[in-house]
Amino acid sequence: MEFLTAHFVEIMFYTLAALTVASAVGVVAFRNPVHSAISLLASFLFVAALFVMRHAEFLAAVQVLVYAGGIMVLFLFVIMLVNVKRLDPEQVFLSGKAPAAVAAGVLLGALIAFGYLAGSLGPVGPGPEALRMVDGAVAGNTEAVGWLLYRQYLVPFEVVSVVLLVAMIGAIIFGRRDAGLEEGGGRMEQ
Amino acid sequence: MWVDLIVTVIKVLVVSTVLLTGVPIMVWVERRGSAMIQDRLGPNRVGPMGLLQPVVDAVKLMTKEDLTPEGVTGTNRFLYLLAPAIALVVAVSTFIVVPFGYDPGLELFGHAIGGFVVAPDLDLGILYLFAVGSLGVYALVLAGWGSNNKYSLLGGIRASAQMISYELAMVISVVGVLMVTGSFSLDDVVLHQAGTWFGFIPKWNVIPQLIGAITFMVAVFAETNRLPFDMVEAEAELVVGYHTEYSSMRFASFFMAEYINMITASSLIVVLFFGGWTLPGIATPGGWLGALATIGIFAAKVAFFLWFFVWVRWTLPRFRFDQLMALGWKWMIPLAVLNFLWVGVAMALGYL
Amino acid sequence: MTVSSTESPTQRPPLADPFPEGSVAAVEQAADGHTVLTVDRSHLLDVLRRLREKPELACDLLADVCGVDYPDREQRFDVVYHLGSLEHGHRFRVKVPLGEDDPVVPSAVGIWKAADWFEREAFDMFGIRFQGHPDLRRILTHEAFHGHPLRKDYDPSQRWLLTEKDTMAPRWATEDQPDDEHMDTVVLNLGPSHPATHGTLRTVVRLDGEHIVKAECEIGYLHRCFEKMSETHGWQQVIPYTDRLNYCSSMINGVGFALTVEKMLGIEAPPRAQVVRVILSELSRIMDHAVCLGANLVDLGALTNFWYFFQIREEIYGLLEKCAGGRLTVSYARIGGLAHDVPADFEDEVRKLLDSIPKFLDDVETLVTTNRIFRDRTEGVGVISGEEALAWGWTGPCLRASGIPYDVRKAHPYMGYENYDFEVPVATTGDTYARYLVRMEEMRQSLRIVRQALDNLPDGPVITDDHHVALPPKEKVYTEMESLIWHFKLIFEGIPVPAGEAYGFTEGANGELGYYVVSDGGGKPHRIKVRPPCFAIYQAFPKILEGLMIPDAIAILGSLNIIAGELDR
Repeated sequence: MEFLTAHFVEIMFYTLAALTVASAVGVVAFRNPVHSAISLLASFLFVAALFVMRHAEFLAAVQVLVYAGGIMVLFLFVIMLVNVKRLDPEQVFLSGKAPAAVAAGVLLGALIAFGYLAGSLGPVGPGPEALRMVDGAVAGNTEAVGWLLYRQYLVPFEVVSVVLLVAMIGAIIFGRRDAGLEEGGGRMEQ
Repeated sequence: MWVDLIVTVIKVLVVSTVLLTGVPIMVWVERRGSAMIQDRLGPNRVGPMGLLQPVVDAVKLMTKEDLTPEGVTGTNRFLYLLAPAIALVVAVSTFIVVPFGYDPGLELFGHAIGGFVVAPDLDLGILYLFAVGSLGVYALVLAGWGSNNKYSLLGGIRASAQMISYELAMVISVVGVLMVTGSFSLDDVVLHQAGTWFGFIPKWNVIPQLIGAITFMVAVFAETNRLPFDMVEAEAELVVGYHTEYSSMRFASFFMAEYINMITASSLIVVLFFGGWTLPGIATPGGWLGALATIGIFAAKVAFFLWFFVWVRWTLPRFRFDQLMALGWKWMIPLAVLNFLWVGVAMALGYL
Repeated sequence: MTVSSTESPTQRPPLADPFPEGSVAAVEQAADGHTVLTVDRSHLLDVLRRLREKPELACDLLADVCGVDYPDREQRFDVVYHLGSLEHGHRFRVKVPLGEDDPVVPSAVGIWKAADWFEREAFDMFGIRFQGHPDLRRILTHEAFHGHPLRKDYDPSQRWLLTEKDTMAPRWATEDQPDDEHMDTVVLNLGPSHPATHGTLRTVVRLDGEHIVKAECEIGYLHRCFEKMSETHGWQQVIPYTDRLNYCSSMINGVGFALTVEKMLGIEAPPRAQVVRVILSELSRIMDHAVCLGANLVDLGALTNFWYFFQIREEIYGLLEKCAGGRLTVSYARIGGLAHDVPADFEDEVRKLLDSIPKFLDDVETLVTTNRIFRDRTEGVGVISGEEALAWGWTGPCLRASGIPYDVRKAHPYMGYENYDFEVPVATTGDTYARYLVRMEEMRQSLRIVRQALDNLPDGPVITDDHHVALPPKEKVYTEMESLIWHFKLIFEGIPVPAGEAYGFTEGANGELGYYVVSDGGGKPHRIKVRPPCFAIYQAFPKILEGLMIPDAIAILGSLNIIAGELDR
């Protein structure tokens, strides 16, 4: 009991982290695309829980709202609309792309190592309390995020939104190309 | 520490009891109300005015055979069983941030009760509600997928598209309210609406933000899958869509979730646009009696909108799916954006 | 929106022979107003085409195709075509005799699309093969059925097991279709047990998303071979069977049958019976339209209107119950009149109905007619042009919604319909909304007819005093020798309908309800063929569906008013 109360945060963190990783593995391990998608959803939710543990409630809520409640639903929509059962498993998953996988793995490892090293040298950026501070006064997490985004990181924020806009327009153009027959019809793709 | 916990547990118990008893009452209202609209009697055999009918219904549902459709095995069976649980959990847990009365600093066991809301210090309030609420669609999608039935699957597909579209409109139409209030906390939203303009017009958000209120209400109808937006069930087209293959208590879970969602939705309409527990003149009364009065006012407003749900359902026909999507994307979202632009301009000019 | 057509009763067609020498074996004017042509099958298509295309003949409606079995004849089968011209008002019956060993005729599908299902039915029932028919399969019986049930030598006591393998799925539904790489299609069964198929109908659709790429109807789930059963019953005993055709308006069916047999007997029901028949038929029509629209609106999610319509229906049922004792299946008409007189308060009851029905109609109109959602759901959905509808053999409200004002009550008046002042509502757009409007207006017109009929309700008997046909009163049977003999002969020998044939047609709630009756002079019908209006209507359904969505399919199906009892017989 002593141990539990003393190390509550660590225990929670490692449990959630393990669950996150496990469900992420599930995404590629499941054969059925719907099961993979559900696994990805679980992984999103666990990440949101990790955010909450770091007092980033706003981020957690947005993570759930946008990724779990929005994007994953669209994924499922498309998967269920298109009957993927016919595709051979070999075709769906990696074949002949082993070098790329290895490279990605190495990169990931390097990233983790860097994070670990940087962390051991000292605090990376402001601590969790900073996520509640606005101009030195304590305010809500949402407000703090807002101040950070629209003051300190305004330019990156705007750049990202332009990139997203470009991506969206591109997607629409790709989508329209073979959508000739759906003119006036009630197709659900947006 | 312990008293805190006890107070919270009491609040949770009270709220969930009210929600869960609200369901049979709503079922009764729906059945008698539709009968009234439709020129017939409705259930009138069990108890006075048929009031005990929902109880009997519940017993019937609980004692029915619980079937799992053929071919639902393995992981799919897990998803099939998970779906009704998600529906109910999401429905019950969204209500915890809704403030249902005014707390003038009351104490219980010598300890502040911390407001008439289950989770008072969640400064995310509405954001939490939308986030958790957005998970509700998985109940429908997984039920549709797990049932191994084409009609259910079509229902699930429709659910996913419909929910996303109207969630967007719903969230955008609330932005105006949040801008005026300057907080995500629903308590603040209500308090902001206390008081009057010119001494007699209540300062409810619905008056300056009528468009926002309308789009929000329409979107909420769509989110709760009520006619004219019940594409997901559409009994004439998809049998009953996602819950075709569910029986017994699993079916009842969906059924209860639908009504709890209606209660939450009505509460939200009241809190966001119709002044919550306030009335012109009695915004922040003191004492237990005053607090109970605010709860009563809140309940009365919610009851009106619940009746509104019933009323609309038995008056309008159902949309076609593509018309529903067109309405969502071509009308609701632009209107919601228009609302928040108007609020922004009005705020910049100092009117709001 | 309404026009009235004032065509005269069945006219004689021009007798100047438009057919080439030797192609028509015999021409005869039948007593039922039809010109009967007997044609050898080698000339059949030529004759039919001329009937369709010659402007002075212009037979644009193929009402019915059926087979008849005469086991004693050298050429055992007749294939009988019933044709009508809307423009000229004349009627033709074309008969093609066929031998048993080679029952083959060319198919008329190329001339009238309507021939499609009617020919399949003749194939199913008699084994007559139609050369050139695109899809000659069984239609009313199961695919694995043995034999042809309406042949006189068919043994009805045969039994065999049908296995699941034999369920009737269209060929395209089981075939693997080549798809483009990212879009797959799904085959879905709408019915036979589905909330929107009121009755047991089944439509197999291939879906791309929610869009219907291909559709096909399978019918026969409610088939009970009513025509075969009729052949073993006396004439009056057929009437309860007719109740079960279009069970939403059973009175009209019984009246139609009685009128046909009365035509063969050369008698008429007494005036009071005629007027009561008109009143109850028109009320039944209101009921039928109410059920159709009510169910259609339920399918569109507007349940409340259903209850308003069912209130109308309930009140009419109350009246029918008082008159006939039965509600759904009234069995009230008799050959020669009615089973018994109406109750004393009949007039008051009908007047009450005349007051209450318009209120419900107004309620529904307020809720629905200008409702945006309803109009979006129905306008432009399921459009069929008048020409196309007629080619498929459509009649009744569905045809009138496409702009063709054909109503048997106006074109070929019977039971004194020519004396009533009423309009035939016509809409032009041919969509689901038009069908709704036409039915709504027809109900109001029917009320007009009922009001006029009630004002002129004569006194007198309700059944003919010709005791070849109708039983003498019981007390006379007990007291008079002659009546006793009539009674005996009627019970033991049946009604002496003279040998011959007649096609009688009335305006059923769904359209032209025809009875083709053949008598061999015995006490029982030799053959009864019903021309069910929704049989012709339903066969066009899959074609209308293609390219639409499931919700459209549901909306259209409701507006066509397919009644399985009549469709499958």
